[in-house]
Amino acid sequence: MADLLGRPVAVANAGVDLFADELERQGVRTERVEWRPPEPGTEEALARLAREAAAIGRANDAAVARMDETRPLLTGVGTARQLLPGMGDRTILHAGPPIEWADMSGPLRGAIVGAAVHEGLATDREDAARRAAAGELELAPCHERGAVGPMAGVVSASMPMVVVENATHGNRAFCTFNEGLGKVLRYGANDNEVLDRLVWIRDVLARVFARALERLGEPIDLRAMTAQALQMGDEGHNRNRAGTSLLLRELLPALVELDEPSADVAAVARFIAGNDHFYLNLTMPASKAAADAAAGIERSSIVVAMARNGTELGIRVSGTGDAWFTGPSGIVDGLYLPGYGPEDANPDIGDSTITETVGLGGFAMAAAPAIVRFVGGRAEDALEATRTMYDIAWSESTAYQIPALGFRGTPLGIDCREVVHTRVLPFVNTGIAHREPGVGQIGAGVVEPPMEAFAKAVRALA
Amino acid sequence: VTERVIVRQGAYRDSVTLMLVSRAAAAEEGAEDVAVGMATPLNLELLADQGFAVAAGPNDLVIAIRARDDEAAERALAAVERELSARGGDDHFSAERPATRSLVAAARRDPRLSVAFLSIPGRHVPYEAAAALEAGLHVFCFSDGVSLSDEAALKRHALERGLLFMGADCGTAIVDGVALGFANAVERGPVGIVGASGTGTQEVCCLLDAAGVGVSHAIGVGGRDLSAEVGGLMMRRSIELLAADPDTRAIVAVSKPPDPEVAGAIEAAARATGKPVILAFGADYAGSAAGAETRESAGAESGGSPTAVERAPTLEDAAARAAELVGAAPARFGERLRRAPGRGSVRGLYSGGTLCGEAERIVGRGVFVDFGADEYTQGRAHPMIDPSLRLERLARDARDPEVAAVLLDVVLGYGAHPNPAAELAPVIEQAQTHVIVALCGAARDPQGLDAQRERLEAAGAVVTRSNAHAARLAREASDG
Repeated sequence: MADLLGRPVAVANAGVDLFADELERQGVRTERVEWRPPEPGTEEALARLAREAAAIGRANDAAVARMDETRPLLTGVGTARQLLPGMGDRTILHAGPPIEWADMSGPLRGAIVGAAVHEGLATDREDAARRAAAGELELAPCHERGAVGPMAGVVSASMPMVVVENATHGNRAFCTFNEGLGKVLRYGANDNEVLDRLVWIRDVLARVFARALERLGEPIDLRAMTAQALQMGDEGHNRNRAGTSLLLRELLPALVELDEPSADVAAVARFIAGNDHFYLNLTMPASKAAADAAAGIERSSIVVAMARNGTELGIRVSGTGDAWFTGPSGIVDGLYLPGYGPEDANPDIGDSTITETVGLGGFAMAAAPAIVRFVGGRAEDALEATRTMYDIAWSESTAYQIPALGFRGTPLGIDCREVVHTRVLPFVNTGIAHREPGVGQIGAGVVEPPMEAFAKAVRALA
Repeated sequence: VTERVIVRQGAYRDSVTLMLVSRAAAAEEGAEDVAVGMATPLNLELLADQGFAVAAGPNDLVIAIRARDDEAAERALAAVERELSARGGDDHFSAERPATRSLVAAARRDPRLSVAFLSIPGRHVPYEAAAALEAGLHVFCFSDGVSLSDEAALKRHALERGLLFMGADCGTAIVDGVALGFANAVERGPVGIVGASGTGTQEVCCLLDAAGVGVSHAIGVGGRDLSAEVGGLMMRRSIELLAADPDTRAIVAVSKPPDPEVAGAIEAAARATGKPVILAFGADYAGSAAGAETRESAGAESGGSPTAVERAPTLEDAAARAAELVGAAPARFGERLRRAPGRGSVRGLYSGGTLCGEAERIVGRGVFVDFGADEYTQGRAHPMIDPSLRLERLARDARDPEVAAVLLDVVLGYGAHPNPAAELAPVIEQAQTHVIVALCGAARDPQGLDAQRERLEAAGAVVTRSNAHAARLAREASDG
């Protein structure tokens, strides 16, 4: 029998269920789309974009391929002053989109104050705050200098940075060392204990770590390591225990062979072993290297940066250049340490959402059953979180796979059109900072990015 | 014997997966050794034992193949690539998969999908339909409220992609034997239909069914396809498709009276088919007459060239002529009034717009209401699904001393009310006027054609399967 449509009738039904019922009654394969209206105010932009869907599709294929092909290698360590463009003595970088001092939340201010004292730019904390408010410091987003930072994400000139090179496309990305849990600069703490640790990181950890890397003789392939970590229960954002373990395993033989004071080597080994999130500060620049490789593709609707400064979340899209599209930072829905609750929480903060941008973190939730208590407690909830993300992701990762989904690749490349179209927001895992500087992490959970940011991006792209 | 050694940097796979890959590739004909593994020291040693010298690091993936000849090596390598790139199944979880929220995601998830069925608010159609077309789906757009310029743009878009955009406001189609929207369970057969009218298409399908003639395809194009703005884009395309379809021997095109220029273009397209085409555009449309002959009453004689383009003044004529052209006897409708004609007005209470217009033209007087028109369907379901509004009006008109005859259409088929006769019968039983029902249904319709007819007749209605005949009876019933 001739078939008029060129292939058998199989229907995707959007709207009245009756029509799907009648098709199923005839034995026709019918997929019921759970259609709902898009974000109000984006209909016209979506219609314009739909008419050039073929061109956008080609651009997105190219952008996501570059993301997927990125081979991020951990090659060494340097200082921000040496590595980052335009990094002057008074430059202090922060997480998220651009923001004025007056609009900054407590943890971000606290971290900037701490960094200013650490750099000797102020006599004390009050002086640092006064100078920051007076505009004497040059404040800029990490993302605009090739770097990313967790939580407050504060970077100053003398801080050591790990270097991640994209072996496929040649671009580089940078990140500070993770300071550990508790009272740390990235949560806005800035007392002497915090500043002393920053000095130790600069003078001991950075040196020993760099020499161990040299001794290994070849860079560490972070894509391969993260792919293994995903099969060991990490999702690359809120759980980094496997990644940190794999890293330490790789480094340990080189570490013990170093011609360094054994007290320093032991301190470094103990520091890494005692900090589950040490590897986060490697996953983040690896993710940044992949996302940057996908940036600047004309007409592409793929999100290439998603970052929070504690006041606003901003995104950048491959086809719209350096522009940030912002909306208010949300409050994290999560589990709190004893004695704390949502009223203590700072709005969502940090560049760590770069992991979700490249298919890790919340997008890889199904890989991390150990932390399902953040998403409802059942393993099924974690699977569903990842599966839902396939609806807004352009493609699937070939490197990062999820055993529980039959080794399916993680959802890769957020299409900002589909976010406003389906009103499915990226699923973001994150830590929770106390709103007062210096208290530190008070919990972890999931957070919804503001739809407004994606709506603005879609309108700009159209 | 030939060898291949390929090193992929930083491509991690777990060892069990790689063992399975190796095993699958080694099963290829002519493959002697296939080793796929991460280049750990142990694996490098094993490779060396097999005679492969490989320089690679522990994060690199090594593919080592030894085969009878180049061809076998390539085959084994292809098998490795296939196994490595095989996406995770996720099948054993499929029952729990959340419903997708977009047509595009649905199409990506299941590449077998071929049609997007839209019944969403009209203002959301432009981007949903365009996205569906870009995803390679034909679109059946039941939604109304789409602007003419958007409709024309979507149809051009569809044509560029080699796809159909059926709509907007498309009620009916039967494609490859599948009823989409409001459509009847007719047999497959030699007559193809293109309809810019849902109920008009259903009427032709059912009249052919009454004559024992089946339908190849009935393509809906939306009620405004033959407007000047849209230019008959989809009807012309559909005529081409039916012309090329080996199962289609005659074509019927159904529409309300079209724009004159567009009618000319449709006639030209019809002539180009090389198949007989019957245009049922209402009696008085102003198309170019060239090449089209009007047959006032079908079945009187069956002359004319077999590839001629003909006009049929009623749907009954169109179906009868199509039946003749494929060698079948047209259905005859001999139902008569059950009692003497009365004196008074005629009320036509319709759910189908085209049927309503045709009846009004034939009766020539009275009051005709199309309950499927936008003013009656704002915020409520179509009268073919929800009969309540029409029932109220029927109860009033059928006891109005000024009224001699009430004329109704009852449409069966997929999508329609599961038992319209049961709703209508109690009201018809109370009627003091003639009640004449045009029963638009096919023998295999889920409601049961005969059962519906019997129930309506038992209530006192005169029931015929031809809307034109029903209209003639209504005229007669009010002529006393």
